[in-house]
Amino acid sequence: MKITRIKIGAGSCGIAAGATEVVDYFKKEVRDIPIVEVGCIGHCYAEPLIEVETDKGSVFYEKVLPKKEHLDRILGLKDEGRLAIRSQRSEREKIKVLALAGRIDMTSMDEYLANGGYEGLKKALAMKPADIVEEVKMSGLRGRGGGGFPTGMKWSFLAAKEAKEKILICNADEGDPGAFMDRSLMESVPHQVLEGMLIGALATGATKLFIYCRAEYPLAIRNLKIAIEQIYKHGLNKLNARTVEFRLKEGAGAFVCGEETAMIHSLEGKRGTPRFRPPYPTDSGYHGHPTAINNVETFGNVPLILREGGKAFASVGTQGSKGTKLFALAGDVKYPGLAEVPMGVTIGDIVYEVGGAEKGSVKAVQIGGPSGGCIPADKFDAVVDYDSLKSLGAIMGSGGLIVIGNDRCMVETARYFLEFTARESCGKCTFCRIGTKRMLEKLEKITGGRGTEEDVAFLADLGPKIIKGSLCGLGQTAPNPVISTLRYFRHEYDAHTKDHKCPALQCNQLSDVKIHLDKCIKCGLCIKTCPVHAISKEFVVDNAICTRCNSCIEVCPKKTISRVEKGTGYYGKSGGN
Amino acid sequence: MSTVAASLKKIEPDRSNLIKALQAVQEEEGYISNEAIAEVARHFTVSAVEVEGVVSFYAQFKRVKPGKFKISVCDGTACHIKGASLVTGWISDELGIKGGETDNEGLFSLEIVACLGCCSLAPVISINGKVYGNLDRKGLLKILKDHRKGGAA
Ligand SMILES: Cc1cc2nc3c(=O)[nH]c(=O)nc-3n(C[C@H](O)[C@H](O)[C@H](O)COP(=O)(O)O)c2cc1C
Ligand code: SF4
Ligand code: SF4
Ligand code: FES
Ligand code: FES
Repeated sequence: MKITRIKIGAGSCGIAAGATEVVDYFKKEVRDIPIVEVGCIGHCYAEPLIEVETDKGSVFYEKVLPKKEHLDRILGLKDEGRLAIRSQRSEREKIKVLALAGRIDMTSMDEYLANGGYEGLKKALAMKPADIVEEVKMSGLRGRGGGGFPTGMKWSFLAAKEAKEKILICNADEGDPGAFMDRSLMESVPHQVLEGMLIGALATGATKLFIYCRAEYPLAIRNLKIAIEQIYKHGLNKLNARTVEFRLKEGAGAFVCGEETAMIHSLEGKRGTPRFRPPYPTDSGYHGHPTAINNVETFGNVPLILREGGKAFASVGTQGSKGTKLFALAGDVKYPGLAEVPMGVTIGDIVYEVGGAEKGSVKAVQIGGPSGGCIPADKFDAVVDYDSLKSLGAIMGSGGLIVIGNDRCMVETARYFLEFTARESCGKCTFCRIGTKRMLEKLEKITGGRGTEEDVAFLADLGPKIIKGSLCGLGQTAPNPVISTLRYFRHEYDAHTKDHKCPALQCNQLSDVKIHLDKCIKCGLCIKTCPVHAISKEFVVDNAICTRCNSCIEVCPKKTISRVEKGTGYYGKSGGN
Repeated sequence: MSTVAASLKKIEPDRSNLIKALQAVQEEEGYISNEAIAEVARHFTVSAVEVEGVVSFYAQFKRVKPGKFKISVCDGTACHIKGASLVTGWISDELGIKGGETDNEGLFSLEIVACLGCCSLAPVISINGKVYGNLDRKGLLKILKDHRKGGAA
């Protein structure tokens, strides 16, 4: 086998794992083989990840370090550190939208063009706008930003407007904390997203194309900027008779700005508060111009639809949900990363087959972030489909999928989400502003060990009221994490309120810390480490002083310190308070 | 010319550029001072209260001067599940500062943020934009120590 090229994963998570140092080292040491930086191949757990292209196909190496030993191993195509993957982790995946992600140089337009890039746009340029809209309608594509609104229909509304100026916005705010599909796509194949936008502009007559990108994504912003320059240079923004203009705007860290009307306010330089609809943005949006907003992944699908045809696109998926869906898979799984699966696979397929979680080790997934709900392990045969997920009290969401292991507390998880939404509420609607705060207070009371059955009843009662009393999607979905954990994990709430126990031993006020002396070797590390000096010379933790910081648990070489049920740990003289 | 004025010079005084202008100022100065608010208001001929309103709405804008090393602890869902609260506690114990604070020497400041997009490496933190993942207590303390050494030099 002869090595023809070495590709190093240098997307955000690759860089976080140390890819920059690997790139520098390889570039210094290797002279005769081209080294390129590619984006996210989805196997983020294996970063820094290298793909060695040879005349007989590719070989992957995981967790590569800037060391001679690793370099030699790779140049010699040795077995050590080799990863037994091709491009898919499992049979369950179907790589379409991500086909080029992590496979081509992130900043090379030529490579994108050489791999079928801009063929969709070329086709669209020869079509009538109405026919493009028709093709997208036929594909059955629904918005990937969470709502699942049919994209073709949205475009037809904008296309029908007569106006001098029409706006198309790419929603790249990726507000779900714990999701990174859009980041990966923009970093790895920026041209694919921009091609989708150009096709959208052709179909709808839009003149200005905004991208509203989260400021926390510097690499995505850099790669988009480079790609936009390349588009201008090649004149690809000349759509037959007219020229369109891209504008890249950085968000400033407000979850509510993912909502369409809030985003428009933010683009106008104002506070990002939502407003009542109608009028819909397609009637009156950015500075009053007709405006349509689509998600990054939605645009990323569009070039495929044009290239292969709407009908072929619709051959993958379920009755009501067509194509594939990207999921940012994280939490308690062996192989966290970016997965692409056809609509219709089960949640279990993703968690166990793609994520490699051990059966029996997981109690739930949270899907759809703070707006979504949890699905318990005994319902993992649920399929990925907009409508069937809704019937379970969850939502498809934008693609955040957090796997929750058995040793996590569901009440604490619900508290976490309400803390998030209470903080992010823009404050316009009383129910959203005050209601989420009330819910948070009750949840804090319960995780703090002072909760009662009345508090749980209060939560169950308030949730639906917040949903009804809120103007925008933030408030309308904020209670979901509580409602769904109450539906499936009521026993955990009861354990906190009736028995004053946190079964997962995660809630600080409901657990103690204890040294199990049988395995202790009296090394003294715990005593030295404890920031509040709660451990005695006899190696006993005084739980009246201990802050539950887990430092001793982390530092103990024998792993003989653990959390135990409240009241079973030692309480010293200063105890009681 | 003040650095604020220099940052504003390249930006057209069109109202929709207000956020962009504030981002440019913060990029230069590290935070948004009272003087900066006044200057930005003048640049766009809007009231200072209006600028203040925009600044307070968005989490990105800081009103206090950050340390030389800006630590952001991710408390997105994946990191939270994987122990972000413990990570925050360990940093606080080590540096004596809480979220939103800067230490006395002006070396470290700490903030809690939502998702840095590297969820598969949870729990993660970033220091001046560079992300560190798969943290345990030991690795974290080493990173802080290395920065302290580098910062003193
Ligand atoms: C509070 C809130 C936050 C949202 N955040 C996002 C987001 O980060 N990214 C996104 O694409 N859509 C988000 N949405 C949905 C968008 O408002 C909008 O429906 C979507 O961008 C439309 O694009 P699509 O039809 O292609 O999905 C959010 C909605 C709400 C109510
Ligand atoms: S529901 Fe909440 S976030 Fe949405 S507009 Fe009302 S107050 Fe603001
Ligand atoms: S660190 Fe562990 S082994 Fe060492 S003294 Fe403490 S409990 Fe014992
Ligand atoms: S960003 Fe590297 S594989 Fe995901
Ligand atoms: S949840 Fe921490 S990086 Fe995404």
